[in-house]
Amino acid sequence: MSTEAEIRQLPETPLIELPVIEDEGLETEELILNMGPQHPSTHGVLRLVLKLSGEKVIECIPVMGYLHRGLEKIFEWRTYHQGIRYADQADYVSNMLNEHAYAGAMEAIADIDVPRRAEYIRVIVDELSRCASHLVWLGTYGLDVGATTPFLWCLRDREEILDLFEELCGSRMNFNYYRPGGVLYDFPPGWLNKLERYLDRYAQHIEEDYVRVLEGNEIFLERTVGVGVIPADVAIAYGLSGPMLRGSGVAWDLRVDRPYSIYPELKSMTPAVFPEGDAFARFKTRVQEMRLAIAIVRECIANLPGGAMRARLGHVWKCPKGESYYTVEGAKGEVGIYMISDGRSPNPFRAKMRGASFHNLQIAPWLLKGRLVADTVAILGSMDFVLGEVDR
Amino acid sequence: MAIEERPAKTAKGVPIDFEEDVIQRRPVTTQAGLGSEDVPTRQAALANDDNMVFTTVANLVNWARSRSPWPLGYGLACCAIEMMATAGPHHDLSRFGAEVFRSSPRQADVMIVAGTVTHKMAPRLRRLYEQMPEPKWVIAMGNCASSGGEFWDSYSTLQGVDTVVPVDVYVPGCPPRPEALTEGVLRLREKITRGG
Repeated sequence: MSTEAEIRQLPETPLIELPVIEDEGLETEELILNMGPQHPSTHGVLRLVLKLSGEKVIECIPVMGYLHRGLEKIFEWRTYHQGIRYADQADYVSNMLNEHAYAGAMEAIADIDVPRRAEYIRVIVDELSRCASHLVWLGTYGLDVGATTPFLWCLRDREEILDLFEELCGSRMNFNYYRPGGVLYDFPPGWLNKLERYLDRYAQHIEEDYVRVLEGNEIFLERTVGVGVIPADVAIAYGLSGPMLRGSGVAWDLRVDRPYSIYPELKSMTPAVFPEGDAFARFKTRVQEMRLAIAIVRECIANLPGGAMRARLGHVWKCPKGESYYTVEGAKGEVGIYMISDGRSPNPFRAKMRGASFHNLQIAPWLLKGRLVADTVAILGSMDFVLGEVDR
Repeated sequence: MAIEERPAKTAKGVPIDFEEDVIQRRPVTTQAGLGSEDVPTRQAALANDDNMVFTTVANLVNWARSRSPWPLGYGLACCAIEMMATAGPHHDLSRFGAEVFRSSPRQADVMIVAGTVTHKMAPRLRRLYEQMPEPKWVIAMGNCASSGGEFWDSYSTLQGVDTVVPVDVYVPGCPPRPEALTEGVLRLREKITRGG
């Protein structure tokens, strides 16, 4: 079994001389291959029009909008509290983080002080939600590159997170848990003990299962190491964020660089950065983020203060006039809500959402150009986009 | 290649005389062509303790179809994640024979429309439905696919997938729990058994 370092040092020339087919003078015909919108490996309803020359992709045109539900317009038709529920729908794999951005935008306009306990609860559910998202990614990426076992293992762990969330707020997905000035419910009795026990199991599963079955797997290494390399300057130029940016060696994490909530106080908060920039580095970044999330949640449980879990706003709360842009480090990258309130209406005047997946998807044509068709799925999978957030 | 002929035997090793067996079990009909009232059919059926079931071909086919409907994984939005969870290890859908999610409509029996169908997606959905071989069924999973759901006033979504394709089972919920989807598959099974 060869390790990652060995694969990186493999000589360029293969040991066996393969016969070269002379194609000078032959005309190759371009083939246009339509991938999607219903395709198991595009992780949703993305459509890619690939222009192929032989097995090489010479051009890739992503076609989006198959899941455009008009969320931003719906925000304008719903009250502030109803909008939280719709923010869930954007990145439907890590719902809590969208809610955090939406609630945070309201708090920034109205200048609401969130109680300390609420901030701790928020960070705990945020990190668990991030874990749930990365687990779905890890499982489906395993399926993409031909491994079925990680999918079963990851969903096993994700079910436990969803069970915890269900106990907390009554729903497995689309939680509707955040409120301006805090969260809806406090932890039920015994919930934190359950969470601690789960974290022990989960940490063990990461080290013993996921890392062992994938990082030491030669097929997985061959499919990911050196595939889809994004240099740091290109990553910045394309406006990437989240694990895709940190997998290219740029230490940019909103939890540290544009701090919100209680993240600056946490000692265990160290961003996961890997410099290689290939699909394997992005895999390592996300696995490291899962470990980081466990450390953060443990620290929050240890320091959890008492008090209220929601600021007192009165029965009829009206958002004052103003505008704000609030960003959260989502599971895919920077999730931001730009909200304008006119101070009169019960609805936001405008709520624009910055979906991290949409901006991360921009690099797909650049990344797929000149690659083999077989690598397309491995590269797309490593980008971890969710079409709900791309199309909104 | 010649087929080796083996004499059929019962469990006790006694060879079966097929002709006699068939004659013995053939339902005695009246002159009207129907089973008579003093149940010779039943007696004939119970005469031997072998496993023998009388049914019609249609019933048999429906029963066989209902046991393992292969779904076309038509994951569109949030419900797709719950559909994955249903097929996953915890809520094992393969207990009911419906875990073989096909990516090609030509190999699928039932289309699970999981998620919001937009106006842009609707023609593709219809085309995939038409590509599925008969007999085919549709499960509308979630509120969006059933009736438009919480996007009832959105300018870009379809108000229920039944405006495009005929739907057999509606599974409510936003998104439905994996147990609810399993229940939907079981309801579809009942429907197929009845010949629907």
